[in-house]
Amino acid sequence: MYDFTEEELQRYSRHILLKDVGVEGQEKINNAKVLVIGAGGLGSPVILYLAAAGIGHIGIIDGDVVDLSNLQRQIIHTTKDVNYSKALSAKEKVNAINPHVKVTVYQDFLRAENAMDIIKDYDFVVDGTDNFPVKFLINDACVKAGKPFSHGGILRFEGQTFTYVPGHSCYRCIFNAPPPKDSVPTCSQAGVLGAIAGMLGTIQAAETLKYFTGVGELLTDKLLIFNAKTMDFRKISVKRREKCPVCGENPTITELIDYEQAACDLQNH
Amino acid sequence: MAKIIVNDNSQEVTLPLTVNGLISLNGVEQPDMVSVQINGEFIERENFSTTEIKDGDTVDFLYFMGGGR
Repeated sequence: MYDFTEEELQRYSRHILLKDVGVEGQEKINNAKVLVIGAGGLGSPVILYLAAAGIGHIGIIDGDVVDLSNLQRQIIHTTKDVNYSKALSAKEKVNAINPHVKVTVYQDFLRAENAMDIIKDYDFVVDGTDNFPVKFLINDACVKAGKPFSHGGILRFEGQTFTYVPGHSCYRCIFNAPPPKDSVPTCSQAGVLGAIAGMLGTIQAAETLKYFTGVGELLTDKLLIFNAKTMDFRKISVKRREKCPVCGENPTITELIDYEQAACDLQNH
Repeated sequence: MAKIIVNDNSQEVTLPLTVNGLISLNGVEQPDMVSVQINGEFIERENFSTTEIKDGDTVDFLYFMGGGR
């Protein structure tokens, strides 16, 4: 049982007022442990909303420092944070918004070698990364560890997301393997409208809160795609694939893999 | 002429047509980047050149999106 103080009852009153959430739902949020991978464009809104919502323990992993070109969309960081650790900068904002939230910082990048050990302490994982090697690594590690996660990807004016829950379709059911190196541009190469990161990140934060409170239907076995130019949103039903190399009947991927990153990308990190 | 639906839009195509044919017909710039679902079932990439489109099929092209930071 979570023992709410008067201050907390007031802080979370707009959640508690919701019939679908209530004190019980807020208690689930307060007991939740979420790992956010990447404190950037997607991670910023995710971390801010999860902190405000009162997620009990937020893990933030990012080995990068804030660059001036990040501030157009990475709204958790400010001008004075330039050259400062993204993970520490994000932690300070969380503490300022909600001192009840426990924050664990990893000034590192997720790799095959540390992924399982970091993920094991959390109930839910949010992908806020910007490259395919890590997106596939997050998928494989979460499938193996039996952890749910929210996938997010953005490019130019578009975004896509789905929520993995063990037993349902995973990222590799949809996208079998990383695309050939250099074939898909990332934000650093192709650009992105800053607010798109906010649109997608807030969807991921909402999915996280829905997961813990059990409210509504998750984007499980559904890929949500939107184009902000036309504001068209599409929800495509996807099915678990028998031949999926990680969650299929005869998985061929038994070890985590560090795929090679496009060289031009590495220079920008 | 066969009527199919591609990404929610109806399209008239001439059969026979393979998945690869439909990909190039739709001007997909980077065929390596697209996952294809027909009537809710993913088509394995190695079968793109042999899988035939049928009248009334619902086809989804799903693209990789790798950004986030």
